[in-house]
Amino acid sequence: MDDLLREFVTETNESLDVVDVELVRFEQDPNNAKILDNVFRLVHTIKGTCGFLSLPRLEALAHAAESLMGKFRDGAHATSEAVTLILATIDRIKQILESLENEQREPDGADDDLIAQLHRMVEKVAAPVTASQQAVGTLAPQVLERPLLPGENTLDELERAFRDTKVDPPAKRAKPQAVADTVKDDEQAKNGGQSIRVTVDTLEHLMTMVSELVLTRNQLLEIVRRHEESEFKTPLQRLSNVTAELQEGVMKTRMQPIGNAWQKLPRIVRDLSNELGKQIDLEMQGAETELDRQVLDLIKDPLTHMVRNSADHGLETPDERRAAGKPPHGHIRLSAYHEGGHINIQIADDGRGLDTERIKAKAVAQGLVAEADAEKLSEAQIHKFIFSPGFSTAAKITSVSGRGVGMDVVRNNIDQIGGTIDVKSVAGVGLSFTIKIPLTLAIVAALIVESGGDRFAIPQLSVVELVRARTGGDHRIERIKDTPVLRLRNKLLPLTRLSQLLGIEPTKGRELENGFIVVTQVGSRTFGIVVDAVFHTEEIVVKPMSSKLRHIAMFSGNTILGDGSVIMIIDPNGVAQALGSTVTSQMADAEAEARHVAANEEATSLLVFRAGSPQPKAVPLSLVTRLEEIDARKIEMSNGRHMVQYRGHLMPLVSMDDNVRVKGEGAQPLLVFSDGVRSMGLVVDEIVDIVEDALDIQVAGDNSGVLGSAIVKGQATEIIDVGHFLPLAFADWFRRKDQPAQAARRSVLLIDDSPFFLNMLRPVLQAAGYEVTAAGSAQEALAMINDGRRFDVAVTDVEMPDMDGFQFTEAVRADPQTADMPVIALSSVVSVEAAERGRRAGFYDYVAKFDRQGLIAALKEQTEIGRAA
Amino acid sequence: MQETSTHTVNEYVTAMIGGQLFGLPIRSVQDVFLPERITRVPLAQPEIAGVLNLRGRIVTLIDMRRRLGLEARTDEGPSMAVGVEMRGESYGLLIDSVGEVLKLDDAAREPNPINLDPRLARVSAGIHRLDGQLLMVVDVERVLDIGATTIAA
Repeated sequence: MDDLLREFVTETNESLDVVDVELVRFEQDPNNAKILDNVFRLVHTIKGTCGFLSLPRLEALAHAAESLMGKFRDGAHATSEAVTLILATIDRIKQILESLENEQREPDGADDDLIAQLHRMVEKVAAPVTASQQAVGTLAPQVLERPLLPGENTLDELERAFRDTKVDPPAKRAKPQAVADTVKDDEQAKNGGQSIRVTVDTLEHLMTMVSELVLTRNQLLEIVRRHEESEFKTPLQRLSNVTAELQEGVMKTRMQPIGNAWQKLPRIVRDLSNELGKQIDLEMQGAETELDRQVLDLIKDPLTHMVRNSADHGLETPDERRAAGKPPHGHIRLSAYHEGGHINIQIADDGRGLDTERIKAKAVAQGLVAEADAEKLSEAQIHKFIFSPGFSTAAKITSVSGRGVGMDVVRNNIDQIGGTIDVKSVAGVGLSFTIKIPLTLAIVAALIVESGGDRFAIPQLSVVELVRARTGGDHRIERIKDTPVLRLRNKLLPLTRLSQLLGIEPTKGRELENGFIVVTQVGSRTFGIVVDAVFHTEEIVVKPMSSKLRHIAMFSGNTILGDGSVIMIIDPNGVAQALGSTVTSQMADAEAEARHVAANEEATSLLVFRAGSPQPKAVPLSLVTRLEEIDARKIEMSNGRHMVQYRGHLMPLVSMDDNVRVKGEGAQPLLVFSDGVRSMGLVVDEIVDIVEDALDIQVAGDNSGVLGSAIVKGQATEIIDVGHFLPLAFADWFRRKDQPAQAARRSVLLIDDSPFFLNMLRPVLQAAGYEVTAAGSAQEALAMINDGRRFDVAVTDVEMPDMDGFQFTEAVRADPQTADMPVIALSSVVSVEAAERGRRAGFYDYVAKFDRQGLIAALKEQTEIGRAA
Repeated sequence: MQETSTHTVNEYVTAMIGGQLFGLPIRSVQDVFLPERITRVPLAQPEIAGVLNLRGRIVTLIDMRRRLGLEARTDEGPSMAVGVEMRGESYGLLIDSVGEVLKLDDAAREPNPINLDPRLARVSAGIHRLDGQLLMVVDVERVLDIGATTIAA
């Protein structure tokens, strides 16, 4: 194509995008002459250039649009109808530009239809202007002073009301805004002077070359690594640094503000609000947040789709909104911000939220979940169904959305770039989507590992730490039946062998017990990937896998290493999913989670064992410090009790009940519970399995030592009350060491809707020397406070029905009597966002539900502060 | 050469695979190379021999013997690979050895015999009768049509 023409097309397209946005702004703020001038100037430039390049169709269109806008500039009222017409003209211009780009000439055809309409509009808006100017001249100021401030909201209604009289505003201009705009324009002009236009191809090529350079650099580093003393070392170091800087520089050129992807949204929202008869405000925050071009391209459509959805399904009509006690204007907020190596994008509206019942019904109808199970799902779990393929709940199909291509497509696109999407919805209040995507796809740091004789790369971003397992060492791999686990700082990590996941032969002589464990985190799940060897980290250039291999969920791509060989890149998401299906048979990703049978509680890892009876028993895995199998001959009798030497201490053994006999020979399985220096061994017959299931204790146990029964993996299982057994081992378990004197005993108000957690935490807190009062709900707790009872500190669960921990805390803060009482939140989901929200609500501290040490420490800290004060 | 036949003459790169002569249309062949440092891909379809780095590009290797349902190679001779490209992706077809380039008249190409092994028939674009042996014309696109669905993902 002719260079001149190409430049014209590019520039005009950009100008038109601006015109789109500006016109929508102008319609809302018709008195802002600055915007109008800007639009006018752009259209005028287009017209001028068209004449110069002899593009008659474009010129005629631009001319007609310009005349209409000229009338606005002369003071005619910008009606919604007129703006729509100009927007339609701009769409036509875009169409022509498109074929101009492809065929290098204007397409055949005429625009008489539009031009005639434009002319009619010119007359329509112009005629009354002269007529009314004198007639209602005195009225004008009265009518006009008002709409200046809130006017933008009700412009359409006003317009309809006044159309007949055609009251014309004498151009009253908002001066301060004009000044601000001028400043911005100056800045833009300055930037404009310092930038040049480069084609995307050039940049892509540059990026490819830099990728090659990175690979070659890696290759050289690899060679030098083998030679201890090399004169190349210093210059290579320099080369390496320069390469890194160059890489960063080129990556930067690929970055574009996310605002580019949002540019078309104001226009879309404007058209939608007209079409749907809704009033919609679109707010955009963080438009300057930069994203890799490739990523931007892939999220553009999903974002548009979600905004359309919000406008179409989410927001109610003004009447409905008023009826619901909301302002008639619906609000859609888009925001983007950096967080760590990710970018978070949020799309939130204040509409009606998701219709949980309808989604549930649809999910059942589509066979995604059994009806019986659906009843047990939490709202959040049900909402996740919207990401299932072919899922659309739109009852009526509008021209906007609801054609069955829905959130599943959005999710696919986001998956492609390694992102995640989450939905939060509150009925009647609004809906928000949070998309989390990696900053860039091209170059990532990866850990190179070996398994089964092959090397693989694991993206560093998801690697938390490396642990070397050793038989008899501190980090020992234990087994529960066939499931290997690692106890790491009092957390049990499920382990998986990479070779097993990939279906390759494990290297002979490499025992799992001596492997390297790559502790990996995906979302809120942490697990260990066992590999034979760990080499080094390397900056790798992610290359997409062949389409023939893309179905393998374990890999996210491949790359060429410094030594020239190709290596597969492990996808931690894929591993997490596979792990979910092998270790816990369910769980893992969102769908599985949604299918998961849960009675409003999240899944809990349970250790299932048998002791005394064939009926299985279980205890939350997080309470168990260790699983041991000891030689029965080492069990000694002392003082009439069974004891065993364990880690340099004598550890008492306690039987579940009289039916459990300590074995005389062979291996005796034990569950070891520790608290600081003391340990107790619970004698069991057999350790069965670790399962992950929702814990819903249904029948309160009538015998001591049993909290109640729960259905675990479809079998009635007794849940053991660990608190009952601890004093059996040490009579003073709950009254010992640094326990404060009676007078100084601190009182704790413990709130949790789950009786199980109340029962589990009460002994733990009592053991730490606190006086514990338990409440089964936030209301119950508030009632106690209202009765005049005072506590030194409150510990509350966050997720509770009716009134959650946030609301409870706000209520406590609002009451001057209790405003100073520290509140510690317990949650099974501990995320930065949740912690932040908690801090805002007034939590003093935020502790994971099973983190006993963390809770004790937090309690100690809060009560110490209280004591000092 | 006669005027009428010029447009029907095709050039083929010949390849031996399991004792059978195959011809690959020269326009689909990029290069012929000696595959080295092959990285196997766990969980991939059995026909995929692995991936390798060829001058900075990642090439997916297809084991033609497996693809054609022939017996695995028993002798230790070096394998060759024919590089082909499809939809922007590079593939290497693993063969036993490469032969000369032949010009064959399209008119002389015969359809597949009906009793041809179905595994061969599905990738064959016809047969040429040469002196003393038969050459099977390989349809590269069909060779590369290895669905991911053959294995449960």
